[in-house]
Amino acid sequence: MDPFIFRTRINQIELLGKKAKNLKQLADGIKTVPAPSIYHHTHRFLEQHIYFSPEHPNDFSYWTTTSLGLKRLGEIIASVEIFQFKDIELLRKKFVTIIETYLENVSSLRNCILGEEFNFMASKMFILNTPFKAYNLKDFVDCLAQVTIHSFYFHMFEARMRLQKHENDFSRWFKDNGFERLAGQIASLDPYTHTLEGLRKKIINLIKKYIQ
Amino acid sequence: MTKQIKEYIPVVGKQLIDELYLVAGRLKRFKIQNINSTISGGGVAEILSRMVPLMKDLGLSVRWDALEAGDKFFTITKKIHNALHGMDVNLTDKEYQYFLDVNEKNKKKVAVDSDIVYIHDPQPIALITENKNRDKKWLWRCHVDFSKPQEAVWAFLKEFIQKYDTSVFSAPAFARKLDCRQVLVAPSIDPLSDKNKTLEQRQVDSVLEKYGIDKDKPIITQISRFDYLKDPLGVIRSYRLVKKYIDCQLILAGGGATDDPNTAEVLKKAEDLASVDKDIFILHLPGQSHLEINALQRASTVILQKSLREGFGLTVCEALWKEKPVIASAVGGIPLQIAHKYSGILTYTIEGTAYWIKQLIQEPEYAKRLGVHGKKHVANNFLITRHIQDYLLLFLSLYNESNVVDLG
Repeated sequence: MDPFIFRTRINQIELLGKKAKNLKQLADGIKTVPAPSIYHHTHRFLEQHIYFSPEHPNDFSYWTTTSLGLKRLGEIIASVEIFQFKDIELLRKKFVTIIETYLENVSSLRNCILGEEFNFMASKMFILNTPFKAYNLKDFVDCLAQVTIHSFYFHMFEARMRLQKHENDFSRWFKDNGFERLAGQIASLDPYTHTLEGLRKKIINLIKKYIQ
Repeated sequence: MTKQIKEYIPVVGKQLIDELYLVAGRLKRFKIQNINSTISGGGVAEILSRMVPLMKDLGLSVRWDALEAGDKFFTITKKIHNALHGMDVNLTDKEYQYFLDVNEKNKKKVAVDSDIVYIHDPQPIALITENKNRDKKWLWRCHVDFSKPQEAVWAFLKEFIQKYDTSVFSAPAFARKLDCRQVLVAPSIDPLSDKNKTLEQRQVDSVLEKYGIDKDKPIITQISRFDYLKDPLGVIRSYRLVKKYIDCQLILAGGGATDDPNTAEVLKKAEDLASVDKDIFILHLPGQSHLEINALQRASTVILQKSLREGFGLTVCEALWKEKPVIASAVGGIPLQIAHKYSGILTYTIEGTAYWIKQLIQEPEYAKRLGVHGKKHVANNFLITRHIQDYLLLFLSLYNESNVVDLG
């Protein structure tokens, strides 16, 4: 069995200098910014608030609700199930469709107040090896409990969508090593509806139960 | 006293420090030079005095130089600073020329053997060499609020900013349309500094005793310089609304130069309002009163930051780090530090602030929960170790253009 090598990643946040003050400009921005920007605005909250799920799970929803005061639309944008998307381009299209559909039915644009513009950002990812390696399920549980939340995040989220592997690294390793039921259990969790620490605990418990 | 990076392990964990060593290891062949306006005094010098020794401790070759300039130059740069904050300031051609002349004279100070030149704030911005095919990498770090700069000054600075390889800002709102790469690096607090380190109860009690503050009566505190933009007079009005129902005390503590007419005026008004209430304490403290500020924050029941405008507002992080419930205005960088009703309270008015002070004093369990969550948020996002990590990535990114960089 090849060991599972725990890696981690650190992000650098880039400011794109592109701003939106109304929904039309937000939609235009979503259409044109690079893919890492869409990823950043839909995943940033997960790591910034690792102990709780904030009310608005993506920046587009938060800004639409708080800076434009469009609560209903904000809720629709918030409820996009990111877990259902394995490709950032499809996710980008989904947001654009929601906003443009809304715009078709309004006669005037509402601007945010000065200073509350939406600022498009993106992130650049630096990946590193950690000293943690697992040769079996027991090792795996021990390592998973010890690695930083950033390492956990890298394998669970970045692998799937940002690195285009279409599944998380843990499920892949379990599958490759014959633990297919466990792989399936973890792959079916919607990670976007948990806090990171809550998700880590849940996966550790699933592996422990599997070992028993 | 200079700290070593390993002293932060009990605060942030060994793995995070190990990661810093891993990243720093990739930068050992580069010589990094910081240049700002002064070695002592001011926020930038304070940050560099902490970060440079820690980066050296990580094995990096880092040096720090300051401009050589006199009062005339700093009078001009103060005007530039005010113009960046949006104030209506008039700079003459002669003043611009003097600014450029001082930078030109200081160019000899830029060491020929440094690989990365890290320029802080506008004062040394014109040190950058004209040659686009230069062998050095140049970074410009903007520490000031850059959201509404005066057009003429912005046009002057922009010419220089665009010559840099990367510019660095403290908040997303400061980003602008520029021909160079822009990166976000949020400010941080140092958990081991006198202002933030853990204190013994007797140290806290002795500061209260010194100022005659009753430790058994609820304490509402705002730590800020005496400036209209920090709204100390609005804080007193909020306190008075609370005082009608709850017997409590108010501390307004902070610095600000007494020769600044703005400070003197605000301080006088606050003192006049306080003179009729023995439970209001106006403490105009010297700049180095870090331990006293720390003690006052730790003794507080509720901490306010009722600013009308704010760059980032690091006093919020300082209070949250001490697990205190914080009520703050939703301005500048404060909403980045507080998730409303989870890690603190965001308010917009004097009345709203008073309402939440009453709630938090009367619901100590809820107030405690806000403080606990706030501390976790600061630990995860706003400590000096994260700041150092951001700087290391910034240096690495100068040599790695790809969006995903595998450091192995």
